[in-house]
Parts: sequence; structure tokens; C-alpha cells
Amino acid sequence: MGSSFILIPSPCKGDTRVYSVPKLDDYSLPALDGLAGDLTSALKAESAAVRNEQEWKAFRDRWLSRKSGIVTQLNDLLKAAPKESKREVGQRVNQLRALIEEQVAAAGRQASAPGRAGDQLDITLPGIRRPLGAEHPIIRTMNEVVAVFKAMGYSVAEGPEIETDYFNFEALNFPPNHPARDTQDTLFIAGQERKPQRERLVLRTHTSPVQIRAMMASPPPLRIVCPGKVHRRDAADATHSPMFHQLECLAVDSNITFSDLKGTLDHMCKALFGSSVKTRFQPSFFPFTEPSAEVYVSCPFCGARGCRICKQSGWIELGGSGMVHPNVFEAVRGYGYDPAKISGFAFGMGIDRMAALRWDIHDIQLFFEGDVRFLEQFA
Amino acid sequence: MKLLPSWLREFVDVPADDQALARDLTRAGINIEGISCEREHTVFEAEITTNRPDAMNHYGVAREAAAIYDAELKALSAEAPPSSAAAGPGRVRIEIQDAEGCARYTARIIRGIRIGPSPEHIRRRLELLGSSSISNIVDASNYTLQEMGHPTHAFDLDRLAGGRILVRRARKGETLKTLDGVERKLEPEDVVIADAEKPVALAGIMGGSNSMITPETRNVLVESAWFDPAPVRRTARRLGMHTDASHRFERGADWGGTALACARVAKLIVETGGGELDGDEIDVVARQVGGATVKLWESEIRRILGGAITDPEVPRILQRLGFAVKVNLDESASYAVKVPTWRLDVEQQIDLIEELARIYGYDRFPDTLPSFAGAVVELPAAKADSVARSTLLALGYSETISMSFISAEAARQFSAAGLAVVQNPVNDEASAMRTSLVPGMLAMLERNLNRGNATARLFEMGHVFELIGDRTDERPMLCIGATGDAMPQSVHQPARPYSFFDLKGDIEALLGRFELGRVECELPDSSSPAGWLQPGRSARIVADGAALGQFGEVRPGALPELKMRQAVYVAELNLQRLYERGLRKIRFQEPSRYPAIERDFSFIFPPSVHFNEVRSAIDAVRIPELRGFAPIEIFRGGAITAGAYSLLLRATFQSNERTLRDQDVADWSVQITAALEKLGGTLRSQ
Repeated sequence: MGSSFILIPSPCKGDTRVYSVPKLDDYSLPALDGLAGDLTSALKAESAAVRNEQEWKAFRDRWLSRKSGIVTQLNDLLKAAPKESKREVGQRVNQLRALIEEQVAAAGRQASAPGRAGDQLDITLPGIRRPLGAEHPIIRTMNEVVAVFKAMGYSVAEGPEIETDYFNFEALNFPPNHPARDTQDTLFIAGQERKPQRERLVLRTHTSPVQIRAMMASPPPLRIVCPGKVHRRDAADATHSPMFHQLECLAVDSNITFSDLKGTLDHMCKALFGSSVKTRFQPSFFPFTEPSAEVYVSCPFCGARGCRICKQSGWIELGGSGMVHPNVFEAVRGYGYDPAKISGFAFGMGIDRMAALRWDIHDIQLFFEGDVRFLEQFA
Repeated sequence: MKLLPSWLREFVDVPADDQALARDLTRAGINIEGISCEREHTVFEAEITTNRPDAMNHYGVAREAAAIYDAELKALSAEAPPSSAAAGPGRVRIEIQDAEGCARYTARIIRGIRIGPSPEHIRRRLELLGSSSISNIVDASNYTLQEMGHPTHAFDLDRLAGGRILVRRARKGETLKTLDGVERKLEPEDVVIADAEKPVALAGIMGGSNSMITPETRNVLVESAWFDPAPVRRTARRLGMHTDASHRFERGADWGGTALACARVAKLIVETGGGELDGDEIDVVARQVGGATVKLWESEIRRILGGAITDPEVPRILQRLGFAVKVNLDESASYAVKVPTWRLDVEQQIDLIEELARIYGYDRFPDTLPSFAGAVVELPAAKADSVARSTLLALGYSETISMSFISAEAARQFSAAGLAVVQNPVNDEASAMRTSLVPGMLAMLERNLNRGNATARLFEMGHVFELIGDRTDERPMLCIGATGDAMPQSVHQPARPYSFFDLKGDIEALLGRFELGRVECELPDSSSPAGWLQPGRSARIVADGAALGQFGEVRPGALPELKMRQAVYVAELNLQRLYERGLRKIRFQEPSRYPAIERDFSFIFPPSVHFNEVRSAIDAVRIPELRGFAPIEIFRGGAITAGAYSLLLRATFQSNERTLRDQDVADWSVQITAALEKLGGTLRSQ
């Protein structure tokens, strides 16, 4: 920055700069402000440049020395000022003096900081670290499972969290008033009584409605994986949450068999937990699959020897699966899904529980509290 | 439910110990979750899926074992004790008026019984199964339920007015005090058992106390009926009742088993309470249920299961489960399978295929991977989502997930549209679907501060919900929240508190990854429903005229229930609108090989001039060589008129074609100075 007032470097004392405050002919306000501005800029620049004790002392003397320091010179300036300008000049000199003292003190603290032993750094001091954000353990787990399915040729699909009764139940072969609906602990949206049952809104209790939406959107062959939030009427405690996450997969083609279901999920488990794990399939009941199977994976934490995590059983329940029920295809027959010609399998798993098992988290509420002491461990 | 393996073994010879039996049942779908030992008896804890009411008893599970081990299932005797010659079936008239609610009603009458305790072996079994022994008559019914699964009920015959049983719908205004002592208001949708005058039982759910067995009872009527699942379920739900009987009828009882159950109960009553049967069974059939024939094709078995299950195994497995199988029905080598009345869950071919698969053993099927021809399709927002997420993570924000439910008040505060309210919320305080991520974020920030985490940087990506007429609007939103230090105190530097401009800068960095034209910060819309931001310390983000969101310092008391110990900053952005713009395209420019020249300008501006006007004025000068233009310092007070401020601006000039001359820079400086003076600025120094 150019300047109409110049701080003159005095040629004395070798390389040590000594500045002189120029005498003013003109005590007008712009002239005073200009001088104050220049001094402030120079002060800040020098203060920031101080690197060690020695430099700091020179800096301090330049500005505060009784003999020739800038503050002394400023006092001289005040003395020389005409009477009518004394008030204005005095005000500025006081402001400047305070600023100089503050800057010198700050530079002193900097210069004597523990990292600054002369020009030698204490390299064992901690570095200046910028915090990294942490991926949420549920999102992370979800992404990992999705990645396994993507590598097997599955596309990602999604659907709304508020669903109609039709997509959440009816199209998935849960007839109205069927006891199987009881197991879903459904949360209903209020004020739907006047609508026909199939149009009533519920919070989806599983990600399975996305199966129907995906089949309506594209004809077979189809391979999709759908991660997402689901809600059920479960009071929050260490192992329950009214909101949790599921991941669903669906494969439909003209030649899918029960063995394909087993092989695919076995592959998924090996990709997720390591090639030494085994899988086991146990008959179960889900209205939208038949045959239906619970999927178990040999405990990857203890090598199936039995531990606290697998409750000494050597096995961990992963989720539900099965061959797509013909009634489900029937619901989307008009979209190219003839149950006599195509077959498929579906699989669904809870992500939250998986993440809790994986990191030995005993209270799934921790996932939803936003406590940075919890979250930052996953960075 | 509990099962005694010793009882199972009375019906089938199991070639395995209890542990192996439990494992094998589980692998066939009868999930034995626990094995315990009580008073030297092994007790299984079984979890039977809702589709298998037929397996909610010992005989049903024994049938499964028979199929698993290919062993003989011993028949249950339906033979009743002899009846007195004098009696005849005309004594009690039974009429089913409601054939929809009741398909069959079988009854037996026993006279001259004596109420007392059950014999030891019955009491012990019931107690091991977790049901307490009450009296010989009641126990006979419970024991039979455990044995073969059909619910029965015993009435005190002398308390049935008019000596008749009528199965009908309840009349408006009728009431019935059920056995649990509760006075029930009945509705015309309820199926009841009535005598000549009044309801005496809620069909398939619970008996009435007006006809219950008492110590004085001498004559009883044993009811063994088939009630339709739908009305039983409807009534039980409305009245909040759930009984052993309703549990089974709701899921589908055995229409063909009513006579057997009736005979088993009668036999037990006579054995344990004396008395004599009065005449034969009375069996009224309103309609037939179950027993359909399902066709099964070999090709279909192969299509779904592959080729693992061989021909002879198909009839063997099904017959052991009680299906009647006719082989080689026609040239396609099919089977005609008659479904037993206890298997109402089996309606079509696929149901039979599941039976084959589970008894054959899921683990015996080979593992294969399907071949697939098709492309992997990404969600339209997948890339944008991942870019937004990774940018925020890199900026030091941790991702959080908060509940979808917030209080209705908070939901209303953030939305002028209709709320999606949960009819049966888990928590009445949080009954609305969130209309904004802000309340959840504020709660999380408050929680951190209350727990002594003075610095937090969080973000959440999730849906917000509105109900507009019949339509739900579900939008993805992003919420960023921060409090505490932007830089912690250390030996290297003093602490620097997080500020409005930290948040703004991070939002700029995020938006910079998207293809946005002009992004501006505007004062928040005073009519916006938010009101949660501090006026003068918050802004609305507008990109090319469309509002993307808002951010700033949160107004103290923004949500009445939250008390923040320190300033918190929150932003909420509409991700849909952001993603619509697409990711920023990379437009490569050759870096200049010529030196850049910097020039500083110090201006005093009146308070009315904001920086965006300074920026626009300089943009309007259109100097292609002006590569950068940044405010370096702002100074207020001192010599500067109150309100006005001094702004130090640094311009960087550079050309890709040549080294700039002093004269070029001087000319541009004049243009810039003129533009800023026109805006009301005063050049301090040059």
C-alpha cells in the first residue's frame, strides 16, 4: 500500500529498523487518521513477523523504548500540536498507545510459546489438527452392504418412508386383518379412517414395499438393493428403537432358485465378514416369501466357538429371506411379472443391530443421540 | 410356547436325544429357542410362526418330528367313554345362526360329575408347561389344548337357560361378564354363544361367568367348535383380549378336529370327575372348511428348488405331514395333494414346495450364484448424496441420525402445511412426523452441551414430511449444526469460537460442489415460519432466484423446551433443490505463466453499503484480468464516522497472454475506484 506519510527507517544501529514519526505541518483530521492508519498497519505487520525472543525485544524497543520508541515520539507529537487540535490528537495518541502495548504483549506471548525455543521447534508438541467428520456407523455399515450387492450387479432403489397400506402390506401378501400384521407393530398416520384400507397411510414397517415399487418401475430381470429407514411401534430401549434401518435385496429372473438365494447370501456374508464364515438357513414365515428362511452367519467375532456376542451359540441371526411369493408377483403381474414364468428371492436385514454387534455397542440409542463422543470414534 | 419332549415321544419314536430333537425341529421351522430342565423334565421353549397354529401343541409338533425322522405318528384315539342308554341327542338343541362366524359346533353332555383337583400326572404336565391347574373340568380342556391343540370350553349345563345353544351375532346393547370378571359391551360384529335368553360366551375367546363351572357344577356341556378367524380377531382386538383360544382361532383352527377334541375332553372329564356321557356327540356343521386338493407339478418343484429333491421324497414327506398324495395324476408326473383340515395355511403349490424344502432340510441345498444380464443403475441422487456427505465429513462435521418424530408444536412451528401425525405414537410428546431437521439438531446440540461436550459439529441428511390433502410430501433435507470452538486452544494458537462466517464458509464450500450460478445471502424472509434464527445474524440462501435454505445463529428460546448454554449455529438446506442443479462441471483453465500483481484499495463506506454491492460493482467493471478480489480488513471506530467502516480490498490481476504493465493496473485501479466511489465509497489512500 502506498502512503503519503512515511515512516523513515533511521540509518543508525546497523540492521535494526528504527522508525521516525514525521512531524506534522497539518493537524487536520484526515492527516491524523492517515498517520494512525499507517502506524497500525506497520504495528500489526511487525507483530505478526516476530518469531523469537530476540526479535520480540527489538520489536518492543522500537515501539515502546523511552528514548526513541514510537510511543515517545507520539507524545512529542502531542506536545507540538497546536492548542485547538490537542483534544483530537490526544485521543488518537491514547488509542495508539493502547494498541501498541497490546500488540507488544501479544507478540511476547507468541515468542515465548513453548514451541519456540529460539528457531528450534519442539517437534514433539502435538500438531495443529483439523477435526475430521465421522461417518455415522449405521450409514457406514449400510454403504458396505450396498457395495457388496452392487458388486454382484444390484442397482440401488428407494421408496417413501410414509407408505400406503397397499404397498406396505396388501401387495406383499398381508391380507387385511391378517394376524401376520400384528408382528409388524405398525405406526399409523392419523385421520385416514375415511379412506379405503389400501390407501391408508402408515409408516413403512420394512423396506419391502420398495420391492413392489421397483417391480412396477422396471420389468424383469431385476436386481435391486434398497437401504432405508423404517418405523415400528417399539418403545426406545437398549435394543429397540421406533426408528431403525433396514436393507432389502430382491433378485427376479426366469431361472432363480432357492440355491441361488443361499449362494448369494453366503457370498454376501463372506464378503462382509470374511471368507471363513459359514451361513445357515432356517425355515421361517414371512407372508411375502415362500419358502422363507432366517439367515444365520457363523459368529465372526469368536470364529463360531461361542462368545458373548453370539450368546454362546456360535451363530448370529442376520435377517429374513425367501423365494418371492407368487401372490407378490400376482400384484405386479401387469408389469411383466408372471408368477408361472419368473421366480426370485428377497432378503432383508436390520442395519442398526448389525452395526451394534460389529462394534459391540450395547445401547442402540447411542446411534440417535448425536453425542460427539460417540460419533467421533467412527472417524 | 412350552413343549415337553417326553410328551412328544409318546406320539412318535424319535431316534435322537432331546438336544438333537430340538436342533432338528428348529431346522425344519419349529423353532426351539431354549431348552431347560425343570424337575428332571426337559422343557422346550418353542417359537411357532403365526402361519402354523397346527403346530402349537404336542401332537402337531410330533407330526413334524415324524416327517423329519420318517417315523410313524401314533394315532390319537377319538373314542369316547360309553354313554348312558337313557340319554338322547335331543336334550340340548344346538343351532348355528351365524354360519360365517361358526362353521361347526360339536358338543357332548356329561352328567353327574364331581368337581375336584386333577390327578397328579395332569397337574404336573400343566405346571411344567406354565399353566396352572384349576380343576379337573377346566384342566381337561387345557390339557387337550396342549395335547392336540383344539380349544374347547365347558359350560355348566344347568345354567344354560332353555337347554339350548345358539351361535349368533350379539345384539346391540347386550353385555357379557367374561370369566376374567370384566363386563363386556357387545356389538353386532361379535359372535356369541347364547342360551335361550342371553349370551353365555364370546365365541372363540372366553366364556361368560353366567355359565361358568363352579364347585357345585354337576352337569356340563363340552363345546368344541370351529370359529372363523376374522370375527374372533376383530372382537378380541376391540375388547383388548388375547387368550389361548383366540390365539388359535385367529390363526385358523382344525375344522376336522372338533369331534376328536370333544371326545378327548369328555374322556378326561369322565376319568377325573366321574359322571356319564348323556347321549352321543352333537355335531352341527354349517359349512366345510379346508380339505382342498392342490395340484403339484414336478417341474414347478424344480423351477423353485432346483433338482435337489428326488421323486420318491415328495410323497414321503407330504404323507408324513398328513397330506394325502396321489402320484402320476397325468403325463406331466404331477401329484394331487389333499390338504389336511389342520393346514389352512396350505392353499397353493408353493405352500407344498415349502413343506418339501423345509423337511428335506434347507442346508442340504447347494449354494449357487445366479447368472444375470442387466446393468447396474444408480439412483439419480446417489452421486450428489455422496459428494455432499464427503464434503461435510471433510469439513469436520460428523453425521448424525435423529428420530423422525417431533412434537406437534415444533412441527407446526416449521411448517405451514399439514402435519403427518402418528395416530398411535410411541411417545405422545413426539407424535408428529418431522417437518424440519432443525428441532432434532437443536436437541442433539443441547444434549452435547449438557453432557459437557462444548464443541460439536454435526450434520444430518434425512426426510421431512408434510401431509397436503391426501398426498404426503416427503423431501430430503440437510441440516448442519455447530457450537463451541472453530479452533481449540493450543500452544500454537488461541481458541477461536465458531462463528456465523464459519458456517457460511462451509456452506459455500458445499454449494461450490454443485452447478449453481449466482448464490446470494438474503435477510431471512420475515414471513417465514422459522423464527428460530436470530435476526441480523442469519440469512437465507438464494441460488439463481430459488431459496435453498437458511442458516445462522439460533435465536435463544427458538424452541421453548431447549436451553442452550452457548451460541449455536444451524443451517437447513433443501437437498432436492440443490441436487436438481447437478454437480459442478469441471471447466479446466490453463494456469497462467505470467506473474500476478496485487493492489490494495482502502475505502470508507457508509453503513448502508453491504459487501455484496461492492462485489457487484466490481463485477460490473468486467476486467477479465481481475482474477481475485477479496476483502482483507474491516476497521470501524477510531477516526471513522460512527456507523461507517473502512474496508481494505485486495485485487489480484493476471493475464494468460502477457506480463501486465504498470499502466494496465493503474487504468483498472482507476475504473475500480470510480465504481466504488459511485457506490458511495471514499478512497482513503492509494
